[in-house]
Amino acid sequence: MSTLIPIGPFHPVLEEPEYISLYVDGETVEDADIDLGRIHRGMELLAQEKTYDQDCFLVERICGICSASHSWAACRAMEDIAGIGPTDRARYLRTIVHELERLHSHMLWVGLGGHILGYWTVFMWGWKYREPVLDSLEAITGNRNHYAWYRPGGVRRDVADEVWPVVLKRMDEFAAQTEMLLHAILDDPVILGRLKGVGLLTKEDAIRYGTLGPTARGSGFDIDVRRDEPYGAYSEVDWDVIVRPEGDCLAVAAVRLLEMLESVKIIKQCIERLPGGPIANEVREIPRGEGVGHVEAPRGECFHFIRSNGTNMPERHKMRAPTFNNIPSYRPRVKGESISDAVLIFAIIDPCYSCTERMAVLGPDGRRALGSKDLIALSHAKTEELRKGS
Amino acid sequence: MGATKWGFKKSLWVFHLNAGACNNCDIEVLDCLCPRFDVERFGIKLVGSVKHADVLLVSGIVTRKVVPQLLEAYEQAPRPVAVVALGACALTGGIFKDGYNFAGPVDKHIPVDAYIPGCPPRPEAIIDGIVKLIGKL
Repeated sequence: MSTLIPIGPFHPVLEEPEYISLYVDGETVEDADIDLGRIHRGMELLAQEKTYDQDCFLVERICGICSASHSWAACRAMEDIAGIGPTDRARYLRTIVHELERLHSHMLWVGLGGHILGYWTVFMWGWKYREPVLDSLEAITGNRNHYAWYRPGGVRRDVADEVWPVVLKRMDEFAAQTEMLLHAILDDPVILGRLKGVGLLTKEDAIRYGTLGPTARGSGFDIDVRRDEPYGAYSEVDWDVIVRPEGDCLAVAAVRLLEMLESVKIIKQCIERLPGGPIANEVREIPRGEGVGHVEAPRGECFHFIRSNGTNMPERHKMRAPTFNNIPSYRPRVKGESISDAVLIFAIIDPCYSCTERMAVLGPDGRRALGSKDLIALSHAKTEELRKGS
Repeated sequence: MGATKWGFKKSLWVFHLNAGACNNCDIEVLDCLCPRFDVERFGIKLVGSVKHADVLLVSGIVTRKVVPQLLEAYEQAPRPVAVVALGACALTGGIFKDGYNFAGPVDKHIPVDAYIPGCPPRPEAIIDGIVKLIGKL
Protein backbone atom coordinates (compact mmCIF):
# COMPACT_ATOMS: atom_id res chain seq x y z
CA MET A 1 0.00 0.00 0.00
CA SER A 2 1.70 3.19 -1.09
CA THR A 3 0.98 6.67 0.23
CA LEU A 4 1.34 9.82 -1.81
CA ILE A 5 3.46 12.62 -0.39
CA PRO A 6 3.23 15.93 -2.26
CA ILE A 7 6.23 18.29 -2.33
CA GLY A 8 5.57 21.77 -3.67
CA PRO A 9 4.62 23.61 -5.75
CA PHE A 10 5.92 26.43 -3.51
CA HIS A 11 8.18 24.54 -1.17
CA PRO A 12 10.69 26.32 1.05
CA VAL A 13 13.74 24.35 -0.08
CA LEU A 14 12.98 24.64 -3.79
CA GLU A 15 13.54 28.03 -5.33
CA GLU A 16 11.24 27.50 -8.24
CA PRO A 17 7.71 26.12 -8.35
CA GLU A 18 7.40 22.46 -9.26
CA TYR A 19 5.31 19.66 -7.87
CA ILE A 20 6.86 16.33 -6.95
CA SER A 21 4.64 13.40 -5.99
CA LEU A 22 6.43 10.75 -3.98
CA TYR A 23 4.77 7.36 -3.63
CA VAL A 24 6.08 5.90 -0.38
CA ASP A 25 5.68 2.71 1.58
CA GLY A 26 6.62 3.52 5.16
CA GLU A 27 9.86 5.44 4.84
CA THR A 28 10.87 4.03 1.47
CA VAL A 29 10.19 5.81 -1.80
CA GLU A 30 8.63 3.45 -4.32
CA ASP A 31 8.05 5.80 -7.22
CA ALA A 32 8.06 9.47 -8.11
CA ASP A 33 6.34 11.79 -10.54
CA ILE A 34 7.09 15.39 -11.41
CA ASP A 35 4.66 18.04 -12.62
CA LEU A 36 6.30 21.05 -14.25
CA GLY A 37 5.07 23.94 -16.34
CA ARG A 38 4.56 26.80 -13.92
CA ILE A 39 7.40 28.88 -15.36
CA HIS A 40 6.71 28.21 -19.02
CA ARG A 41 6.97 31.57 -20.76
CA GLY A 42 6.68 30.63 -24.43
CA MET A 43 10.33 31.38 -25.09
CA GLU A 44 10.59 29.72 -28.52
CA LEU A 45 7.63 31.57 -30.02
CA LEU A 46 8.84 34.86 -28.54
CA ALA A 47 12.27 34.28 -30.11
CA GLN A 48 10.62 33.87 -33.50
CA GLU A 49 8.87 37.23 -33.11
CA LYS A 50 12.01 39.20 -32.28
CA THR A 51 15.04 40.18 -34.34
CA TYR A 52 18.37 38.37 -34.02
CA ASP A 53 19.84 41.22 -31.98
CA GLN A 54 16.89 41.18 -29.58
CA ASP A 55 17.10 37.38 -29.35
CA CYS A 56 20.53 37.64 -27.74
CA PHE A 57 18.86 39.47 -24.84
CA LEU A 58 15.81 37.20 -24.78
CA VAL A 59 17.71 33.90 -24.56
CA GLU A 60 19.77 35.24 -21.65
CA ARG A 61 16.53 35.40 -19.71
CA ILE A 62 15.76 31.71 -20.20
CA CYS A 63 17.66 31.10 -17.00
CA GLY A 64 19.24 33.47 -14.55
CA ILE A 65 22.25 31.25 -13.93
CA CYS A 66 23.15 30.06 -17.44
CA SER A 67 22.62 33.39 -19.19
CA ALA A 68 26.08 33.32 -20.79
CA SER A 69 25.65 29.72 -21.98
CA HIS A 70 22.31 30.31 -23.69
CA SER A 71 23.39 33.50 -25.43
CA TRP A 72 26.67 31.92 -26.53
CA ALA A 73 24.86 28.88 -27.93
CA ALA A 74 22.38 31.12 -29.81
CA CYS A 75 25.24 33.26 -31.16
CA ARG A 76 27.07 30.13 -32.33
CA ALA A 77 23.94 29.04 -34.19
CA MET A 78 23.66 32.47 -35.86
CA GLU A 79 27.37 32.45 -36.72
CA ASP A 80 26.93 28.94 -38.14
CA ILE A 81 24.31 30.26 -40.60
CA ALA A 82 26.21 33.43 -41.47
CA GLY A 83 29.54 31.63 -41.82
CA ILE A 84 31.35 34.31 -39.79
CA GLY A 85 33.21 33.27 -36.64
CA PRO A 86 34.26 35.41 -33.67
CA THR A 87 37.59 37.25 -33.56
CA ASP A 88 40.48 35.84 -31.50
CA ARG A 89 40.03 38.37 -28.71
CA ALA A 90 36.29 37.68 -28.61
CA ARG A 91 36.90 33.93 -28.30
CA TYR A 92 39.03 34.46 -25.20
CA LEU A 93 36.73 37.07 -23.66
CA ARG A 94 33.73 34.77 -24.19
CA THR A 95 35.55 31.86 -22.57
CA ILE A 96 36.47 33.93 -19.50
CA VAL A 97 32.86 35.03 -18.88
CA HIS A 98 31.57 31.51 -19.53
CA GLU A 99 33.92 29.99 -16.96
CA LEU A 100 33.18 32.71 -14.40
CA GLU A 101 29.53 31.78 -14.82
CA ARG A 102 30.38 28.12 -14.17
CA LEU A 103 32.18 29.16 -10.97
CA HIS A 104 29.22 31.09 -9.61
CA SER A 105 26.74 28.41 -10.65
CA HIS A 106 28.64 25.57 -9.00
CA MET A 107 29.27 27.62 -5.86
CA LEU A 108 25.57 28.44 -5.71
CA TRP A 109 24.80 24.74 -5.94
CA VAL A 110 27.24 23.92 -3.12
CA GLY A 111 25.46 26.47 -0.95
CA LEU A 112 22.00 25.15 -1.80
CA GLY A 113 23.19 21.59 -1.18
CA GLY A 114 24.28 22.66 2.30
CA HIS A 115 20.93 24.37 2.81
CA ILE A 116 19.04 21.19 1.87
CA LEU A 117 21.21 19.09 4.18
CA GLY A 118 20.41 21.54 6.98
CA TYR A 119 24.05 22.60 7.03
CA TRP A 120 23.73 26.38 7.08
CA THR A 121 27.45 26.98 7.52
CA VAL A 122 28.09 25.53 4.06
CA PHE A 123 25.30 27.70 2.62
CA MET A 124 26.70 30.87 4.15
CA TRP A 125 30.30 30.06 3.17
CA GLY A 126 29.43 29.06 -0.37
CA TRP A 127 27.43 32.21 -1.01
CA LYS A 128 30.06 34.38 0.64
CA TYR A 129 32.76 33.02 -1.68
CA ARG A 130 30.46 33.47 -4.65
CA GLU A 131 30.26 37.24 -4.25
CA PRO A 132 33.81 38.04 -5.54
CA VAL A 133 32.97 36.04 -8.69
CA LEU A 134 29.89 38.20 -9.24
CA ASP A 135 32.05 41.28 -8.65
CA SER A 136 34.47 40.07 -11.33
CA LEU A 137 31.59 39.56 -13.74
CA GLU A 138 30.36 43.06 -12.96
CA ALA A 139 33.83 44.52 -13.57
CA ILE A 140 34.14 42.72 -16.92
CA THR A 141 30.62 42.89 -18.36
CA GLY A 142 28.86 45.62 -16.37
CA ASN A 143 26.23 43.47 -14.63
CA ARG A 144 26.16 40.82 -11.94
CA ASN A 145 23.86 38.55 -13.97
CA HIS A 146 22.33 38.88 -17.44
CA TYR A 147 25.49 40.23 -18.97
CA ALA A 148 24.25 41.35 -22.43
CA TRP A 149 27.76 40.46 -23.49
CA TYR A 150 27.49 38.04 -26.43
CA ARG A 151 26.52 39.08 -29.95
CA PRO A 152 26.89 37.31 -33.28
CA GLY A 153 30.53 37.71 -34.35
CA GLY A 154 32.00 38.58 -30.96
CA VAL A 155 31.21 40.49 -27.79
CA ARG A 156 29.54 43.82 -27.22
CA ARG A 157 32.06 45.74 -25.12
CA ASP A 158 35.82 45.78 -24.73
CA VAL A 159 37.43 45.40 -21.32
CA ALA A 160 39.98 47.82 -19.87
CA ASP A 161 43.38 46.30 -19.07
CA GLU A 162 43.21 47.47 -15.45
CA VAL A 163 40.44 44.96 -14.74
CA TRP A 164 42.52 41.82 -15.27
CA PRO A 165 44.98 42.05 -12.31
CA VAL A 166 41.99 42.45 -9.98
CA VAL A 167 40.24 39.42 -11.49
CA LEU A 168 43.46 37.35 -11.31
CA LYS A 169 43.87 38.21 -7.63
CA ARG A 170 40.25 37.28 -6.91
CA MET A 171 40.73 33.97 -8.76
CA ASP A 172 43.74 33.09 -6.58
CA GLU A 173 41.71 33.82 -3.45
CA PHE A 174 38.75 31.89 -4.83
CA ALA A 175 40.91 28.83 -5.58
CA ALA A 176 42.24 28.82 -2.01
CA GLN A 177 38.73 29.14 -0.58
CA THR A 178 37.37 26.39 -2.82
CA GLU A 179 40.22 24.11 -1.80
CA MET A 180 39.38 24.74 1.86
CA LEU A 181 35.66 24.15 1.24
CA LEU A 182 36.45 21.01 -0.77
CA HIS A 183 38.31 19.44 2.13
CA ALA A 184 35.80 20.69 4.69
CA ILE A 185 32.96 19.05 2.75
CA LEU A 186 34.60 15.84 1.57
CA ASP A 187 36.19 15.09 4.97
CA ASP A 188 33.12 15.88 7.06
CA PRO A 189 31.66 12.64 8.51
CA VAL A 190 28.11 14.08 8.67
CA ILE A 191 28.08 15.15 5.02
CA LEU A 192 29.73 11.87 3.96
CA GLY A 193 27.01 9.98 5.82
CA ARG A 194 24.30 11.91 4.00
CA LEU A 195 25.86 11.71 0.52
CA LYS A 196 27.87 8.51 0.20
CA GLY A 197 26.02 5.67 -1.49
CA VAL A 198 22.81 7.72 -1.67
CA GLY A 199 20.91 8.14 -4.95
CA LEU A 200 22.90 5.74 -7.12
CA LEU A 201 22.78 6.21 -10.89
CA THR A 202 24.68 3.53 -12.80
CA LYS A 203 26.64 4.36 -15.93
CA GLU A 204 24.16 2.35 -18.03
CA ASP A 205 21.24 4.37 -16.67
CA ALA A 206 23.15 7.63 -17.14
CA ILE A 207 23.57 6.81 -20.83
CA ARG A 208 20.05 5.39 -21.22
CA TYR A 209 18.40 8.50 -19.75
CA GLY A 210 20.67 10.77 -21.80
CA THR A 211 22.07 12.67 -18.82
CA LEU A 212 24.52 15.50 -19.40
CA GLY A 213 27.16 17.52 -17.62
CA PRO A 214 28.22 16.83 -14.02
CA THR A 215 25.28 14.45 -13.54
CA ALA A 216 26.68 12.20 -16.29
CA ARG A 217 30.32 12.71 -15.31
CA GLY A 218 29.51 11.74 -11.70
CA SER A 219 28.34 8.36 -13.02
CA GLY A 220 31.46 7.71 -15.09
CA PHE A 221 29.88 8.83 -18.39
CA ASP A 222 32.73 10.89 -19.85
CA ILE A 223 31.03 13.63 -21.89
CA ASP A 224 31.97 17.29 -22.19
CA VAL A 225 31.34 19.56 -25.19
CA ARG A 226 34.33 21.73 -24.30
CA ARG A 227 36.68 18.81 -25.01
CA ASP A 228 34.65 16.74 -27.50
CA GLU A 229 33.89 19.60 -29.90
CA PRO A 230 36.12 22.47 -28.81
CA TYR A 231 34.82 26.00 -29.20
CA GLY A 232 36.01 29.33 -27.82
CA ALA A 233 39.52 29.01 -26.44
CA TYR A 234 39.14 25.59 -24.82
CA SER A 235 41.43 23.75 -27.23
CA GLU A 236 44.24 26.25 -26.58
CA VAL A 237 44.38 26.05 -22.78
CA ASP A 238 45.37 23.25 -20.46
CA TRP A 239 42.60 21.70 -18.34
CA ASP A 240 41.05 18.33 -17.44
CA VAL A 241 37.57 16.85 -17.55
CA ILE A 242 36.63 15.60 -14.09
CA VAL A 243 34.98 12.17 -14.11
CA ARG A 244 33.99 10.06 -11.11
CA PRO A 245 32.80 6.46 -11.56
CA GLU A 246 30.79 5.98 -8.33
CA GLY A 247 27.44 7.49 -9.44
CA ASP A 248 26.21 8.50 -5.97
CA CYS A 249 25.45 12.00 -4.67
CA LEU A 250 28.97 12.36 -3.26
CA ALA A 251 30.52 11.72 -6.69
CA VAL A 252 28.41 14.43 -8.33
CA ALA A 253 29.24 16.88 -5.55
CA ALA A 254 32.95 16.06 -5.93
CA VAL A 255 32.77 16.56 -9.71
CA ARG A 256 31.29 20.03 -9.22
CA LEU A 257 33.79 21.05 -6.55
CA LEU A 258 36.80 19.84 -8.55
CA GLU A 259 35.46 21.42 -11.74
CA MET A 260 35.61 24.81 -10.08
CA LEU A 261 39.37 24.45 -9.67
CA GLU A 262 39.65 23.55 -13.39
CA SER A 263 37.61 26.63 -14.28
CA VAL A 264 39.96 28.83 -12.27
CA LYS A 265 42.83 27.29 -14.24
CA ILE A 266 41.11 28.08 -17.56
CA ILE A 267 40.33 31.67 -16.57
CA LYS A 268 43.89 32.38 -15.45
CA GLN A 269 45.39 30.98 -18.66
CA CYS A 270 42.91 32.90 -20.81
CA ILE A 271 43.70 36.18 -19.07
CA GLU A 272 47.45 35.60 -19.46
CA ARG A 273 47.18 34.80 -23.17
CA LEU A 274 44.42 37.31 -24.04
CA PRO A 275 45.14 38.51 -27.61
CA GLY A 276 44.60 42.08 -28.78
CA GLY A 277 42.64 43.23 -31.80
CA PRO A 278 38.97 43.89 -32.53
CA ILE A 279 36.29 42.44 -30.25
CA ALA A 280 33.78 41.52 -32.96
CA ASN A 281 33.39 40.69 -36.63
CA GLU A 282 30.51 42.59 -38.18
CA VAL A 283 27.62 40.27 -39.06
CA ARG A 284 25.55 42.32 -41.50
CA GLU A 285 22.81 39.82 -42.27
CA ILE A 286 21.81 36.25 -41.53
CA PRO A 287 21.22 34.49 -44.87
CA ARG A 288 18.68 31.74 -45.49
CA GLY A 289 19.77 28.50 -43.86
CA GLU A 290 19.97 26.38 -40.73
CA GLY A 291 22.50 26.47 -37.93
CA VAL A 292 23.19 24.76 -34.63
CA GLY A 293 25.14 25.96 -31.65
CA HIS A 294 25.97 24.06 -28.49
CA VAL A 295 28.07 24.86 -25.46
CA GLU A 296 28.79 23.15 -22.16
CA ALA A 297 26.62 25.04 -19.67
CA PRO A 298 27.29 24.52 -15.94
CA ARG A 299 24.65 21.73 -15.91
CA GLY A 300 25.55 20.09 -19.23
CA GLU A 301 25.18 20.60 -22.94
CA CYS A 302 22.98 23.52 -23.95
CA PHE A 303 21.72 23.28 -27.52
CA HIS A 304 20.22 25.88 -29.87
CA PHE A 305 18.93 25.39 -33.40
CA ILE A 306 17.98 28.31 -35.64
CA ARG A 307 16.39 28.24 -39.08
CA SER A 308 16.55 31.49 -41.00
CA ASN A 309 14.44 32.53 -43.99
CA GLY A 310 16.64 35.48 -44.87
CA THR A 311 14.66 38.08 -42.88
CA ASN A 312 15.86 39.68 -39.66
CA MET A 313 13.86 37.24 -37.50
CA PRO A 314 14.43 33.50 -37.10
CA GLU A 315 11.81 31.25 -38.65
CA ARG A 316 12.40 28.59 -35.99
CA HIS A 317 14.41 28.80 -32.80
CA LYS A 318 14.67 25.55 -30.87
CA MET A 319 16.30 25.55 -27.44
CA ARG A 320 17.18 22.61 -25.24
CA ALA A 321 18.67 23.11 -21.82
CA PRO A 322 20.54 20.35 -19.94
CA THR A 323 18.04 20.00 -17.09
CA PHE A 324 15.48 18.70 -19.60
CA ASN A 325 17.65 15.61 -20.03
CA ASN A 326 18.71 15.33 -16.42
CA ILE A 327 15.30 15.45 -14.68
CA PRO A 328 14.09 11.96 -15.78
CA SER A 329 17.16 10.41 -14.11
CA TYR A 330 15.51 11.31 -10.79
CA ARG A 331 13.30 8.23 -10.96
CA PRO A 332 16.01 5.52 -11.00
CA ARG A 333 17.95 7.52 -8.42
CA VAL A 334 15.19 7.90 -5.85
CA LYS A 335 13.61 4.41 -5.96
CA GLY A 336 14.30 2.54 -2.74
CA GLU A 337 15.73 5.55 -0.90
CA SER A 338 14.31 7.09 2.26
CA ILE A 339 11.98 10.14 2.16
CA SER A 340 14.47 12.28 4.03
CA ASP A 341 16.92 11.96 1.12
CA ALA A 342 14.34 12.55 -1.62
CA VAL A 343 14.77 16.31 -1.88
CA LEU A 344 18.55 16.05 -1.70
CA ILE A 345 18.57 13.51 -4.55
CA PHE A 346 16.37 15.85 -6.55
CA ALA A 347 18.78 18.73 -5.98
CA ILE A 348 21.84 16.71 -6.97
CA ILE A 349 21.19 17.30 -10.69
CA ASP A 350 21.11 21.05 -9.93
CA PRO A 351 17.69 21.38 -11.53
CA CYS A 352 16.78 24.58 -13.31
CA TYR A 353 13.11 24.53 -14.26
CA SER A 354 12.95 27.88 -16.02
CA CYS A 355 15.20 26.34 -18.70
CA THR A 356 13.18 23.19 -18.91
CA GLU A 357 9.52 24.10 -18.92
CA ARG A 358 7.52 22.79 -21.85
CA MET A 359 3.92 23.32 -22.82
CA ALA A 360 1.05 20.94 -22.04
CA VAL A 361 -2.37 21.48 -23.57
CA LEU A 362 -5.23 21.17 -21.06
CA GLY A 363 -8.80 20.22 -21.84
CA PRO A 364 -11.82 22.09 -20.43
CA ASP A 365 -11.79 19.91 -17.28
CA GLY A 366 -8.22 21.01 -16.49
CA ARG A 367 -6.70 17.63 -17.28
CA ARG A 368 -3.96 17.02 -19.81
CA ALA A 369 -5.60 16.73 -23.22
CA LEU A 370 -2.57 15.79 -25.33
CA GLY A 371 -0.13 13.02 -24.41
CA SER A 372 3.28 12.46 -25.96
CA LYS A 373 1.82 10.33 -28.80
CA ASP A 374 -0.72 13.02 -29.73
CA LEU A 375 2.00 15.68 -29.76
CA ILE A 376 4.26 13.55 -31.99
CA ALA A 377 1.31 13.01 -34.39
CA LEU A 378 0.65 16.78 -34.41
CA SER A 379 4.31 17.44 -35.11
CA HIS A 380 4.32 14.97 -38.01
CA ALA A 381 1.22 16.61 -39.49
CA LYS A 382 2.80 20.06 -39.21
CA THR A 383 6.03 18.88 -40.87
CA GLU A 384 4.02 17.35 -43.70
CA GLU A 385 2.14 20.64 -44.13
CA LEU A 386 5.38 22.64 -44.26
CA ARG A 387 6.86 20.23 -46.80
CA LYS A 388 3.86 20.65 -49.08
CA GLY A 389 4.04 24.42 -48.74
CA SER A 390 7.70 24.71 -49.74
CA MET B 1 3.87 54.74 15.64
CA GLY B 2 1.04 52.26 15.25
CA ALA B 3 1.15 48.75 16.63
CA THR B 4 1.62 47.31 13.13
CA LYS B 5 4.67 49.39 12.39
CA TRP B 6 6.14 48.72 15.81
CA GLY B 7 5.66 45.00 15.29
CA PHE B 8 7.09 44.96 11.77
CA LYS B 9 10.06 47.20 12.46
CA LYS B 10 12.30 44.49 13.86
CA SER B 11 10.79 41.31 12.44
CA LEU B 12 9.59 41.29 8.86
CA TRP B 13 9.02 37.72 7.73
CA VAL B 14 8.99 37.22 4.01
CA PHE B 15 7.39 34.48 1.91
CA HIS B 16 8.88 34.34 -1.56
CA LEU B 17 6.70 33.17 -4.44
CA ASN B 18 8.23 32.57 -7.86
CA ALA B 19 5.41 33.13 -10.34
CA GLY B 20 7.39 32.48 -13.52
CA ALA B 21 10.76 34.15 -13.06
CA CYS B 22 14.05 33.18 -14.67
CA ASN B 23 15.56 32.34 -11.27
CA ASN B 24 17.71 35.42 -11.09
CA CYS B 25 15.48 37.56 -8.87
CA ASP B 26 15.14 34.55 -6.56
CA ILE B 27 18.89 34.17 -6.35
CA GLU B 28 19.34 37.85 -5.56
CA VAL B 29 16.73 37.47 -2.78
CA LEU B 30 18.78 34.62 -1.30
CA ASP B 31 21.89 36.75 -1.84
CA CYS B 32 20.39 39.31 0.56
CA LEU B 33 20.51 36.62 3.28
CA CYS B 34 24.15 35.71 2.78
CA PRO B 35 27.00 37.29 4.74
CA ARG B 36 27.74 40.30 2.54
CA PHE B 37 24.25 41.82 2.75
CA ASP B 38 22.86 39.88 5.73
CA VAL B 39 19.32 41.22 6.08
CA GLU B 40 18.71 38.90 9.02
CA ARG B 41 20.38 41.51 11.21
CA PHE B 42 17.26 43.63 10.57
CA GLY B 43 14.99 40.74 11.54
CA ILE B 44 14.07 40.03 7.92
CA LYS B 45 13.99 36.33 7.12
CA LEU B 46 12.49 33.96 4.60
CA VAL B 47 9.81 31.61 5.90
CA GLY B 48 8.53 28.37 4.44
CA SER B 49 4.79 29.05 4.58
CA VAL B 50 2.76 32.09 3.60
CA LYS B 51 0.75 31.61 6.80
CA HIS B 52 3.76 32.79 8.80
CA ALA B 53 4.58 35.74 6.58
CA ASP B 54 4.16 39.51 6.83
CA VAL B 55 5.36 40.14 3.28
CA LEU B 56 4.46 38.29 0.10
CA LEU B 57 7.36 38.75 -2.32
CA VAL B 58 6.34 37.92 -5.89
CA SER B 59 8.83 37.62 -8.76
CA GLY B 60 8.18 36.59 -12.35
CA ILE B 61 5.67 37.25 -15.09
CA VAL B 62 2.72 35.36 -13.46
CA THR B 63 2.05 32.55 -15.93
CA ARG B 64 -1.44 31.27 -16.58
CA LYS B 65 -0.80 28.12 -14.57
CA VAL B 66 0.34 30.06 -11.48
CA VAL B 67 -2.60 32.52 -11.25
CA PRO B 68 -4.91 30.37 -9.05
CA GLN B 69 -2.01 29.50 -6.75
CA LEU B 70 -0.99 33.15 -6.45
CA LEU B 71 -4.54 34.12 -5.47
CA GLU B 72 -4.69 31.24 -2.99
CA ALA B 73 -1.40 32.29 -1.38
CA TYR B 74 -2.66 35.86 -1.09
CA GLU B 75 -5.89 34.70 0.55
CA GLN B 76 -4.05 32.44 3.00
CA ALA B 77 -1.68 35.19 4.17
CA PRO B 78 -2.60 36.61 7.59
CA ARG B 79 -3.62 40.29 7.51
CA PRO B 80 -2.09 42.80 7.34
CA VAL B 81 0.07 41.54 4.48
CA ALA B 82 2.31 43.68 2.28
CA VAL B 83 2.83 42.56 -1.32
CA VAL B 84 6.12 43.35 -3.05
CA ALA B 85 6.56 42.92 -6.81
CA LEU B 86 10.19 42.15 -7.60
CA GLY B 87 11.93 42.64 -10.94
CA ALA B 88 10.95 43.90 -14.37
CA CYS B 89 8.82 40.81 -15.11
CA ALA B 90 6.61 41.24 -12.04
CA LEU B 91 6.21 44.96 -12.70
CA THR B 92 5.29 44.94 -16.37
CA GLY B 93 6.07 41.58 -17.96
CA GLY B 94 9.27 43.00 -19.41
CA ILE B 95 10.56 41.18 -22.46
CA PHE B 96 7.86 38.50 -22.04
CA LYS B 97 4.81 40.77 -22.21
CA ASP B 98 3.84 39.47 -25.68
CA GLY B 99 4.12 35.80 -24.67
CA TYR B 100 1.05 33.55 -24.86
CA ASN B 101 1.50 32.31 -21.30
CA PHE B 102 1.73 35.80 -19.77
CA ALA B 103 -1.24 36.46 -17.46
CA GLY B 104 0.27 39.22 -15.34
CA PRO B 105 1.62 41.57 -14.25
CA VAL B 106 1.24 40.99 -10.52
CA ASP B 107 -0.89 44.08 -9.83
CA LYS B 108 -3.52 42.83 -12.26
CA HIS B 109 -4.35 40.06 -9.76
CA ILE B 110 -3.49 41.31 -6.27
CA PRO B 111 -2.86 44.81 -4.83
CA VAL B 112 0.86 45.62 -4.67
CA ASP B 113 2.45 47.83 -1.97
CA ALA B 114 5.99 48.17 -3.29
CA TYR B 115 7.59 47.80 -6.71
CA ILE B 116 11.29 46.97 -7.01
CA PRO B 117 12.47 47.39 -10.64
CA GLY B 118 15.58 45.88 -12.22
CA CYS B 119 16.56 42.82 -14.22
CA PRO B 120 17.49 41.49 -11.76
CA PRO B 121 17.33 44.11 -8.97
CA ARG B 122 20.61 44.34 -7.11
CA PRO B 123 20.53 43.18 -3.47
CA GLU B 124 21.01 46.81 -2.44
CA ALA B 125 17.89 47.74 -4.40
CA ILE B 126 15.90 44.95 -2.74
CA ILE B 127 16.99 46.11 0.74
CA ASP B 128 16.14 49.71 -0.19
CA GLY B 129 12.69 48.64 -1.36
CA ILE B 130 11.98 46.75 1.87
CA VAL B 131 13.16 49.70 3.97
CA LYS B 132 10.81 52.02 2.09
CA LEU B 133 8.03 49.48 2.57
CA ILE B 134 8.54 49.53 6.36
CA GLY B 135 8.28 53.33 6.28
CA LYS B 136 5.00 53.07 4.38
CA LEU B 137 3.30 50.49 6.64
